Amino acid sequence: MKKFLASALSLAMLVSLLAGCGGGGGGSQGSTSGSGTPSTSGTTTGNVIKIGVFEPFTGDSASGGKKEYLGMQYANYETPTVEIGGTEYTVELVPSDNGSSTDKALTAATQLVSEGVSMVLGSYGSGVSIAGGPTFGNAGIPAIGVTCTNPNVTAGNDYYFRICFLDPFQGTVLANFAKDKFDAQVAYCLGEAGNEYDQGLITFFEQAFTAAGGTVIKDAFPTNNSDFNSYLNKAKDQGADVIFTPVSIAYATQIISQAASLGIDAPFLGSDTLDDNMVLEAANGTDIQLYVSTFYQEGGDPDFDAGIKEYINTTEGALEDNGGNDTIAAVSAMGYDAYYVALEAIKAAGSADSAAIKAALWDVEYDGVSGHIAFDDTNGDAVRDTAYIKHSTNDGAWELETVQTVA
Amino acid sequence: MIQDQKSKKGAVTGLLFIAIVLLLVVLLENLSAILPAGSVPAVLMPTSQLFTVLKKGAVYSLVAVSMNLLNGFTGLFSLGQAGFMLLGAYTYAILTVPVSAKDTVYYLYGGSAVNFSLPDLFGGVDTPAGLILGVLLAILLGGCVAALFAYLIGLPVLRLKSDYLAIATLGFAEIIRAIFQWQPLGPVTNGANMITQIPTFNNFNITDANGTVILRLSTFFPFLIAIICIVVIVMLINSSYGRAFKAIREDEIAAEAMGINLAKHKMLSFCISSFFAGVGGALFAMFVNNAQAKVYTSTMTYEILLIVVIGGIGSISGSCLATFLYVACAEWWLRFLDSATTFASPTAPNRIAFMVIFAVVVIGGSALLIHRERRGSNQVWKQTLVGLVAILLLGWLAWFAATGELTLPLLRTGFRMVAFSIIIMVVVLFFRQGMLGDKEFSDILFARRRNAGKEATK
Amino acid sequence: MEFFISTLLFGISAGGQYALIAIGYTMVYGILRLINFAHGDVFMVAGLIGIYSTSWLTRLLSEVMAPEAATAAAIPLSMVLVLVLTVVLGFFIERVAYKPLRSAPRMSVMISAIGVSYLLQNTATYVTGGQPMTYPNIPMLSDTVPIAGTSIKWVVILTPFLVVALVLVLTQLINHTKVGMAMRAVAKDFETSQLMGIKINSVISTTFIIGSALAAVGSMLYFTTYPAIVPTAGAMPGLKAFVAAVFGGIGSIPGAVIGAFLIGICENFVKILPFEGATTFVDAFTFALLIIVLVFKPTGLFGEKATDKV
Repeated sequence: MKKFLASALSLAMLVSLLAGCGGGGGGSQGSTSGSGTPSTSGTTTGNVIKIGVFEPFTGDSASGGKKEYLGMQYANYETPTVEIGGTEYTVELVPSDNGSSTDKALTAATQLVSEGVSMVLGSYGSGVSIAGGPTFGNAGIPAIGVTCTNPNVTAGNDYYFRICFLDPFQGTVLANFAKDKFDAQVAYCLGEAGNEYDQGLITFFEQAFTAAGGTVIKDAFPTNNSDFNSYLNKAKDQGADVIFTPVSIAYATQIISQAASLGIDAPFLGSDTLDDNMVLEAANGTDIQLYVSTFYQEGGDPDFDAGIKEYINTTEGALEDNGGNDTIAAVSAMGYDAYYVALEAIKAAGSADSAAIKAALWDVEYDGVSGHIAFDDTNGDAVRDTAYIKHSTNDGAWELETVQTVA
Repeated sequence: MIQDQKSKKGAVTGLLFIAIVLLLVVLLENLSAILPAGSVPAVLMPTSQLFTVLKKGAVYSLVAVSMNLLNGFTGLFSLGQAGFMLLGAYTYAILTVPVSAKDTVYYLYGGSAVNFSLPDLFGGVDTPAGLILGVLLAILLGGCVAALFAYLIGLPVLRLKSDYLAIATLGFAEIIRAIFQWQPLGPVTNGANMITQIPTFNNFNITDANGTVILRLSTFFPFLIAIICIVVIVMLINSSYGRAFKAIREDEIAAEAMGINLAKHKMLSFCISSFFAGVGGALFAMFVNNAQAKVYTSTMTYEILLIVVIGGIGSISGSCLATFLYVACAEWWLRFLDSATTFASPTAPNRIAFMVIFAVVVIGGSALLIHRERRGSNQVWKQTLVGLVAILLLGWLAWFAATGELTLPLLRTGFRMVAFSIIIMVVVLFFRQGMLGDKEFSDILFARRRNAGKEATK
Repeated sequence: MEFFISTLLFGISAGGQYALIAIGYTMVYGILRLINFAHGDVFMVAGLIGIYSTSWLTRLLSEVMAPEAATAAAIPLSMVLVLVLTVVLGFFIERVAYKPLRSAPRMSVMISAIGVSYLLQNTATYVTGGQPMTYPNIPMLSDTVPIAGTSIKWVVILTPFLVVALVLVLTQLINHTKVGMAMRAVAKDFETSQLMGIKINSVISTTFIIGSALAAVGSMLYFTTYPAIVPTAGAMPGLKAFVAAVFGGIGSIPGAVIGAFLIGICENFVKILPFEGATTFVDAFTFALLIIVLVFKPTGLFGEKATDKV
């Protein structure tokens, strides 16, 4: 009987496998002639221009990656075509899952390149962007980082651009905020061991915070840890005035809900990753003070807010991807802006050729919902000097606290 | 005498086979340059998934074979492979970051404590000498560091038996990872940050003065290294040491009674396996363009273990074959399962192809099943069940053929891995011997058994 | 002082949760000599079942009663459902993945266990869409009480008592019932007990059922304390529970429980060590402990000495 069941199972698998080969083979046929060398006319057959979406749809950062993609999907739904040299081109978003992991990032990036995309948007999470970057670079395809804030994403290469602020800036903003708002003397920093995003931000925070005369206690938890009670208790015992936790969403929800039951009254400072519905949900109905620095605050552009809310509520699966409600995540706004920056670059280049788009990107300027976007001349980083800091109202919403700039 | 001649003949055939493989790799990679532009199929373009799969396959097959040496040939169940790969990868990366890039890479620590770089010592990555000598030396050192650690770990751990050894080596891999993630070691390991800007496979492409690639060797290089290492392992297995390893696998107590020094041979096998895992790790760092401790988790070890099992425990060629299949399925062929696949237009050729293949597989498969079950008694209901399922599937197909659009159900992010793990479970449960069992590919090809005395199939 | 007491409390609670998983490991290992790598993932799946069944039952019940009453009624019902479904899952895993391999080498079974673990994790990723899921609040357990200067959830305090009670029941079961006797016989000598007319398969199934039921209880306690579930949530607790089982002497239930408490307490004290980066080594410390125990006392604290049979 076992054998029989298994054979039936393997048969079913074989079927789906073969089905896929048929499908996959056929699917790639459309882009065959041009993949790899997007400069040939191949990519634009049937007047389609492909934009790769390099995002985590599984793993630690899946929640953020899905929301970022949601912004792009909405933008694509709003403006599905672009005009290049007088001809109308349909923009096709080609998603690829980098699994929030630096070793899967490479093959996900190769997949996009072999699909013949003209440019790439993403990724949420700096590590995967750094890991996937060289693949785009070798293929001559420009990439626009949407919310990857680590300096190393764009440093030393000419193919990675980005539209968000950087961690040295973000760390300083938060350290200054801690000083100004709470007059904090002791900060407890908790990040995942071996995660460059967490540890990088903590280092920048520490630099700014100690420069302003504060003391920092740093701790790192191992990957897949879920018991934060002792860490939080330690922070309380050491008399931390603020707790800085620039961690991935899954850990953040865990930390916030455990802190709530421990009755931690020191305010929590979070980075852009904590600006997420899941985290908001964890803070809902508690006494936690949660402040996060982010790129966009709902209400910044009422038209955009209304539009994307409608899109989220009416599109199948979108509500689920957004975490079950229609609160707009800053990363969605950033994804939306990134899409339009990409269109601007394509228009400026006047072709679907990656090299031309790359050359045109340096001079692109765009007024997005998250503010004015322009790239600097050294690394292709966005020229941005403002971050929004908002706090959780603990009934399921964010409220704008302040708009912080660093001279 | 005859035996001698046979093995000589085998060696010649083997060498010839290796030469052909390497030649094919070079040819395949450069076909896009040879063929007239425009007529190159997408799969042969240098950016194609094919070459990613080949590169990763080469790297993983070396690691899989190194694990097979330990698990399959010596019977030591170790789960520390990822830890040793990490050691190799980090050694390689730390030693090859160009001096000029150290400040950027180690930006949090204001430069690295290791203030030299092997390729730079020989003239830099851009010169052939610097590249080849520097990279090879770094890879070799990666292997040596892994072997050294293996020796230190092996002293206490190798006394343990089967499961205990497995869990202890798994634990050591976790400890090694934690050490490399420790921030105070940052000036050497770069802490949590990955070490980037290291020489990769692409550095081995030969370019002309303008920077245009004239000869691609980026896939050839990992193949060459992996093949050399695997040949060394095969030679080792066929030597007297290898026979001692197999004796230990079959029966430790009997082996000891025959005068084999258990501790020495186990340690030897453990160190050699770790050496090649370290080399594999260095190659893996080259493949992914960076080194980061976060990647080398126990999941990676499990992945390699599953490859070894699928290929057949105790079969070198099985491991290699399984690696390429595994990597191709996981990274390439099954990727479509992650996104909804729709066959929109009713006349699209792939749609018809899909329907034909589907129908053939359903009919053929169910016929086979019914035939197979016929031998048992009282199996009528099973046959009926198979028949019913087949009819249902065909009905589903016909319904879609009639109603235009065809969307495969269930397909969305994550389905690829589910399908993949089901396939693995089926292999583990029903093809327990793996693809090749403990035979080699050549045994099957020439229908000739090299080793006469192997009975130990429990 | 207060700080140490609260850390100790967290340690004891973590230890209690590891203990419930460790019992499953140690019983299976005692009988089958198999490290059931999938056990940690069964535990994770139990957590997910808790989430899905609660939301499903709440929706179902709110059609016939007031929303508050529906939530209140849904939670105990879903707890029962979690228990039943987890037991069924454990039973099926044993029947499908381990039973066919009974005569195969031990390594094959262990690989099959790794395969099941892989499958469960990937399926969880597929079902949840990779998003972290939040465990529902269980009334009473989720409420907090101020102790030693911090407010602590009731579950943290209740866990050790519950564990001790369960262990007592379990030892009674094993020492004083027919099934328990059969289990001990099978653990002692697989083949002979078969010859003596013990139905091996049903004994093994019972073991898996008990192990899964304890994992289900453990999941309720664990995820009430740490409410976010990701597909890898079971991996680390699973491994640590196994370490605990080895620590206490594999096959011995009291050993596993004491080992689990020790590991939980040590781990939480490592987390509060004052020198920089010490906390990076929380998991590493557990494994170091394991290796030390294995090297110096391979049979653990309470394990029986096994001799090689020639």
